[in-house]
Order: sequence, then structure tokens, then C-alpha cells
Amino acid sequence: MSLVNLHQVHKFYGDHHVLKGIDLDIKAGEVVSIIGKSGSGKSTLLRCINGLEHYQEGGITVDGKEVTTEDIQVRRLALSVGMIFQNFNLFPHMTVGENVMLAPTIVLKKSKAEAETTARAMLEKVGLAEKFDSFPEKLSGGQQQRVAIARALAMSPKVLLCDEITSALDPELVGEVLKVLEQLAKEGITLVLVTHEMNFARDVGSRVVFMHQGKVWEQGDPKTILSNPQTDELKQFMGAVL
Amino acid sequence: MIEFSNYDILRNLMFATQWTILLSLAAFIGGTTVALTLTAMRLTRNPTMQRIVKIYVELFQGTPLLMQMFLCFFGLSMLGYEISAWGAAILSLTFFTSAFLVEIWRGCIDTLPKGQWEASRCIGLSFLQTLRFIILPQAIRVATAPTVGFSVQVIKGTALASVIGFVELTKVGTMLNNATFEPFKVFTLVALIYFILCYPLSLYSKHLEKKFNVSR
Repeated sequence: MSLVNLHQVHKFYGDHHVLKGIDLDIKAGEVVSIIGKSGSGKSTLLRCINGLEHYQEGGITVDGKEVTTEDIQVRRLALSVGMIFQNFNLFPHMTVGENVMLAPTIVLKKSKAEAETTARAMLEKVGLAEKFDSFPEKLSGGQQQRVAIARALAMSPKVLLCDEITSALDPELVGEVLKVLEQLAKEGITLVLVTHEMNFARDVGSRVVFMHQGKVWEQGDPKTILSNPQTDELKQFMGAVL
Repeated sequence: MIEFSNYDILRNLMFATQWTILLSLAAFIGGTTVALTLTAMRLTRNPTMQRIVKIYVELFQGTPLLMQMFLCFFGLSMLGYEISAWGAAILSLTFFTSAFLVEIWRGCIDTLPKGQWEASRCIGLSFLQTLRFIILPQAIRVATAPTVGFSVQVIKGTALASVIGFVELTKVGTMLNNATFEPFKVFTLVALIYFILCYPLSLYSKHLEKKFNVSR
């Protein structure tokens, strides 16, 4: 059964046609890497899946429920979809622990003690248990991104969307974040990532989706598609990133 | 004719200063309250609400405070609402203060990255929860310094209330000058008192600004 389903999704920014009829079906446990040039609509696609962006035509369902940008819908959606951003977007006025505990206490109405147990477990999972009382600004970019992952995991989402989450990091910090993702993938969480990390897409991903000019241009098994691209556009793209 | 000693002048000015402080406080509290309401209206993203706030701000920022005071004082009484000079002064200063504070606060809220709203939305917080737990705690830190800085404008603005006959520092200064014919002495003292009221606030505002910048 599909966890995320997009059917003929069209999205316009004014006159600009960003997504031109996207069909995509993602099953539970899949690790889907979306690749493509900047401006090809990758991030927009991701932001449509969790209701941050409005789409004009077609339909998106997550776990069988339709996605809209209605506030109340988006909040229900947040229970099953987690999102990690390029710029982390941690709350700078709260400690790491408070960042992770916030949504479980306010949205899920968990008790402080219960939320703290979850938060500590999630921080442990991303290897930052000892940073519980630190403020985000004291952490490196890689650590901040791992806190952001812990914050999303604390809501036990069914699918985690990652929007170029290593792009803002110094090269030596990319590995620690990818390692956490790899661990999550092994545990069977569904991941949809917009990424430039081709090695990760190949070694960890279960599918690669190549987007070009607002369309899904080519998709398939990572090893096959990346070593033997069918379309000229993907060949060209591979040439450019490698 | 009564002779005024320096002591008399100072004593009268000090007495009047109380009213200047009281008027400033009232205007500041009134202005803050109205500005909070307007800020909330602005943040709802409801077009009608935002329009009302915009018109309000443009109206009271785009006209002289003195005219607003005249309208509150003379205008309202011509319409049949009896209003004291004190009431008219508070009312117009409240309009004035709130119109500027709304804009100052808007700037502060807008400096917060859009990602803060998006991240909140993605973990399931409602609009009000986002405001309360994420936006306001950060915006208040940014807003404190310029708000304290603006209170200096409010204090100086109260001087205009002398024109509608409210007896505060400037009014008493004018009266003393009429009685003593020593404008230089009297108005220097008046100016000095305003300075003593305002300068610590300016300093405090600068201090807050520095403190905020360091902790960023």
C-alpha cells in the first residue's frame, strides 16, 4: 500500500509552471532520493507533500488522507509527516531538549516526564544525548541538523521529508548527518530526500527520482539508473555532478 | 507682583514634572495595549484586519501629533463629547504611540526567519501556539531596545499637551516665564528636566541593544 501518493500534481507560481503533472507513489519503508538541477521543482514537490505549498491541480495523499494547505489539515498531517530543512530551523531561544520536547507536549499533550524520556531517546539515537541542555547556537551545523532530525522523530512520523539537509553544512560535517539518515533507513522509516549526495542515493536509497523542468524525467533503482541513465538530460546531469 | 525665587521656579517645575511623567506612563501603557491588539490583528493574515491596521498606522503617523490633540480636544467637544485636556492628551498620545509601536514591532517580527514559522507548522503547532511559544519570545527580545528607545519620543511628545491647556512641565515653564520674564533660565531648566528624564532611557535602550547583539 502506498504511503505517499501524488497524482497529476500541477503547481504554478503566478505564470511560472513549476510542477507539470507529477505522478509519484511511495511505499512505506522506501528511501526515495529526488535529484535534479536547481529550479527543477524538487523542493517545491517536497513542500507540497507536507502542505507548506499550495498546489493547483491534481491530488496528494499521505497515508490515505488528502493533503491541503488548510491549517487544520496541515496540523493533522504533521502527525505523520516530519520535515527537515536545509537551514535546520531550530528554535534558538530554547535548549536542545526543549526543542525536541515542544511538539510532543503541546501537540500530542504528553506529560513533561514522558516527553523528556522520548526526547532523550531521540537525542541518543542521533548521538547527542549529552547536549540536552545546550542551546542550538553552541552546536556545530552538523549537530544542529541532527537535533532537527531528533525533533522530527519525536513526533514519530511515518515519513520524513529532507530538503537538502546537508547543503548548508561544511563538507566534514556532512558524514555525521548522513550516518544518522542511514541508520533511520535501516530501521525502516520512510525517507523522501531532495539531495545532491549521489553516493548516499546509490548506497542507501531504494529509488532515485530524477526531476527535470517540473516533471519526473526518469526514475528507478539507484544503481541501475545512476550507472546507466536512459535520458540525455540525466546523463548530462550526472556528468555535471560527478 | 509676586517675586519668584530660583527655589520657587524649581519647586513648581518639579511639581509639573510629576504630571509629565504620569502622562508619559499613561500614554505608554495605553499605546502598548492598543499596539498589542493591532499587532495581533496584523498577524492573523486576514486582509480586512490588516487593512484596518494599515489605515490606522498611516493616519496617525501621517498627521502631526498636535493636530491629533486639537481634534481630540476641540473636535470631540464640538461633537458634544466633553473631554478634559488630560483625557484628550492621553487619547491622542495613545494613538500616536500605538501607531509607531505597531510598525516597530512589525519590523521585529519580520526579522525572524520564515523558517521559524515553517518549522513550527511542520511539527504541528497551531498559529496561536507558534506565536506564543516561538515567535513572541524571540520578537520580544528584539523589540525591547527600540521600544524603550521610542518611549523617549513619547515623553517629548507630552510637551504638546501644554497647547491644549494641560498643566505639565512645558505649560508650567511657559507660565513661569510669563511671571518672571526670565525665559533663558526657565526654559533651560525645563529642557534640563526633559533631558534628565530621557537620557537614562536612551542609555538603557543602547545597553539592551548591545546585550542583545552579543547574545546573538
